[in-house]
Amino acid sequence: MTSVELVRREFSTIGSRVPKYDALEKVAGEARYMLDVEMPGMLHAKILRSSYPHARIVSVDVSGALQMPGVVDVITARDVRLNNLGYLRDHPPLKWGKVRSVRDEIAAVAAVDPERASQALQAIDVKYEPLPSITDPLAALEPGSALVHEELGTNRVNIDFGLSYGDPEAAFRRADVVVEGTYRTQYVAHNPGDTMGTLAWVDARGVLNVITNTQTPFLYQRWLAESLGVPAYNVRVIQPYIGGAFGRNLDVYPHDVITAALAMRTRRPVKLQFTRSEELQNAPTKQPLIARVRQGATRDGRLVAREVDAILDAGAYVAWGVFDARVMQYTVTGLYAVPAISFRATVVYTNNPYTAAMRSAGNSQITFAIESNTDELAERLGMDPVEFRLLNANRPNTVTPQGARITTCAMPEALREAAKRIGWRGRHSAGPRRGIGFACYFHVGGGARIYESDGCGATVKVDDFGGVTVSVGGTEIGEGLDTGIQMITAEALGVPRDRVRVQINGDASMRLWDVGTHASRGTFICGNAALGAALDARRQILEGASRILGAPAEDLEIVDGFVRSRTDPSKGMEYDKVIRRMHFFSGAQGRVVVASKYYEPPSEEPDERWYGNVSATYGFGCQAALVEVDTETGRVKVLKIVSAHDAGRVINPSGFEGQIQGGVAMGIGLALLEELLVSEGRVVNGSFEDYRLPRVTDIPEIDVVSVGEPDPEGPFGVKGVAEGPVIPTGPAIANAVADALGLRIRDLPITPEKIWRAMRSKTQ
Amino acid sequence: MRVKFELNGSAVELDVEPWESLFDVLRDKLGIRSVKTALCEGSCSACGACTVLMDGRPIYSVMTPAYRADGRSITTLEGLSRGGEPHPLQSAFVEAGAVQCGFCTPGMILMAKAFLDGGGGPDEREIREAIRGNLCRCTGYVKIIDAIRVAAEGSGGGVQ
Repeated sequence: MTSVELVRREFSTIGSRVPKYDALEKVAGEARYMLDVEMPGMLHAKILRSSYPHARIVSVDVSGALQMPGVVDVITARDVRLNNLGYLRDHPPLKWGKVRSVRDEIAAVAAVDPERASQALQAIDVKYEPLPSITDPLAALEPGSALVHEELGTNRVNIDFGLSYGDPEAAFRRADVVVEGTYRTQYVAHNPGDTMGTLAWVDARGVLNVITNTQTPFLYQRWLAESLGVPAYNVRVIQPYIGGAFGRNLDVYPHDVITAALAMRTRRPVKLQFTRSEELQNAPTKQPLIARVRQGATRDGRLVAREVDAILDAGAYVAWGVFDARVMQYTVTGLYAVPAISFRATVVYTNNPYTAAMRSAGNSQITFAIESNTDELAERLGMDPVEFRLLNANRPNTVTPQGARITTCAMPEALREAAKRIGWRGRHSAGPRRGIGFACYFHVGGGARIYESDGCGATVKVDDFGGVTVSVGGTEIGEGLDTGIQMITAEALGVPRDRVRVQINGDASMRLWDVGTHASRGTFICGNAALGAALDARRQILEGASRILGAPAEDLEIVDGFVRSRTDPSKGMEYDKVIRRMHFFSGAQGRVVVASKYYEPPSEEPDERWYGNVSATYGFGCQAALVEVDTETGRVKVLKIVSAHDAGRVINPSGFEGQIQGGVAMGIGLALLEELLVSEGRVVNGSFEDYRLPRVTDIPEIDVVSVGEPDPEGPFGVKGVAEGPVIPTGPAIANAVADALGLRIRDLPITPEKIWRAMRSKTQ
Repeated sequence: MRVKFELNGSAVELDVEPWESLFDVLRDKLGIRSVKTALCEGSCSACGACTVLMDGRPIYSVMTPAYRADGRSITTLEGLSRGGEPHPLQSAFVEAGAVQCGFCTPGMILMAKAFLDGGGGPDEREIREAIRGNLCRCTGYVKIIDAIRVAAEGSGGGVQ
């Protein structure tokens, strides 16, 4: 069966509202998260971090801590040999010589309870020689700036994300109107319910077992082993239920390595889990962005050139957040049809927090910059912002200048639907102090090849009683991958959905490899793996049934668990009965039904010019925001969001809507509420009291619309969508504020203070 | 201190320290694992993850000394289902798609139960007011509101 046939069939499960696979356990309170895992005799670890954003370590004396009751072990960089972490291997899990951030780990304690571990930290005596701190990324690039990593001779990180296609300078000369602006996005915390944690122990066989809320168990296994200097086959990674992640857990961090090292030294289970204030202070943040955007268009409204200069503050070490620049590249080159493009990204070391990818991995930041600028450009041209976007919208069967091959694309439909449903009648027509804004997005929808492999493995096993177990390498972090896998497997096999049990998370060594849950790839990539394995299992059942029923396998089908002939209604049998017969075939020919599939999407790793088709398909959408601004206080209230997406075929409307609604809420947080305030490298609002997460009262009516058609490569036509709704929310709200007040806020979040100041300076 | 209270319909009696929170006692001494915490350590910012019901009223168990439970009735998620049948709110959360990562779910359901038992109805504004002390990072709250509304309509509660 080809995927084209799959998208044209009638379905029994696909397309219906299916409750989340693990919802029953979760409403019963039976799901066990990182918070809930423990082992008998377990020790608790705490980490001593730097008192200064930048300092030489003169001496570290742990003798006082070692003598404290209940303390089992104390380590510093002198006691354990650990290899550096990160893409550039610039990040020692335990620091020596100098510290480059207030989150830098100097020592760690394992004690019988968290309180004694914390007390022991206070008994560690560290002498520092403070150095000038570097916390402004622009100043860090000035000649003569103090250096974060002296051995490099510069604060500029040696990764070049620059690219240029077409002839941008010539194209700008042809443009009738050019608009330039600088846009900024803030530090944001992922802030899931369950904080980051690791529980490690060495078992009697010498295997290092690690329970952790990682999103990438197989890369974690590799990177943890490399840092510890142990063979990766001796590392077993186990994932509990994950209480949210949003990109926070894509990497291995110093606390993972430190916890494992303590477990290896003490030969006891050791757990470390961040408190909320530790999480806000020490977990990696969303990547902040400073972007200068310049776009040119002809008088009739055609975009002809786009130039983006981006500054990414890496913090003290290069972690995944810096690679947001790769996602930004595809949006700079791919959002709307623009023939000539230039993108430069300067990545800078500072003494600020290091960064992680966060839901959309750079796309929400760069789309804020581009879509704000696009609105300004449309206004300068005197064009309606919806008409301007429609004129330049992405279209099916086109290739972007960076080589992204767009197959299916319903961006124009999303734009029209958003405009219709929000009641768009043109600029400044939403009523007094009200405004409407639009923003579109372009994002990967069929995986993202940021690693040598973007694949996922799945196995399908059918037991003698018709029970189906599907196992995937993918990770469930709340997004509903489990449900998608169950639906796809049941549909492809032709059995009732409740016969299918999904093995996801848990012991990674029992599952086939997967690169990790990120880039909206789960249901597309892991779903294709499950689909391939299920179709193979189906073939095996039909071949067995062919022998039992005396009909050619091509003539047989499985419908609702019943194997039957398409041409002879007298020939049929329950599928579980077929499987039992197959198991007990005489003549030593018995067999069991098991199949596996490793799905590798037909995408390309970008070449040295950053050219390549990074995803098997792309997602599109448009969001419209209706806001009301209190002109006395500057407070913005979002009244309605229309969120229209091309997600291919929506296989589970309930899960689709949940992803969109949750993404919009997170986008409202980015647009209006959330900011980690970083002063001298230190987070100063490190609690839920001071860090404003969206509450139910911040969420407006959200109108969720699907405008896509089945995608030929997606399992049953699906495209990834989990990140889509986060991306355009910020710029849609900023554009709505501009429509309401005639003034533009170019840095997020749009706080009452910024609006009040802008209104004041406008009237003066 | 010796305290006696009713936990999910059964009598319990145990010694607690004056500084121990109800949360710690429920989890560490009574094996109640559904109750969650955002690990805010003493300071509370109303995330609602640790919500339990005391005599039917929602309280943050992290901020409540265990001795306060003396002579009272405590309900956690474990006490909601009867004879293996989920409580209508639990079913509504499943059916409405109100659960994603699930970390906030125990607190949300208990807060909703207090709201409905207190005469709350399907009015959306009232539902929003009832759960504004509970944070959810995944769902955008929309389907949580839907679930509570469905349960409210099913139970015939409220006069809307």
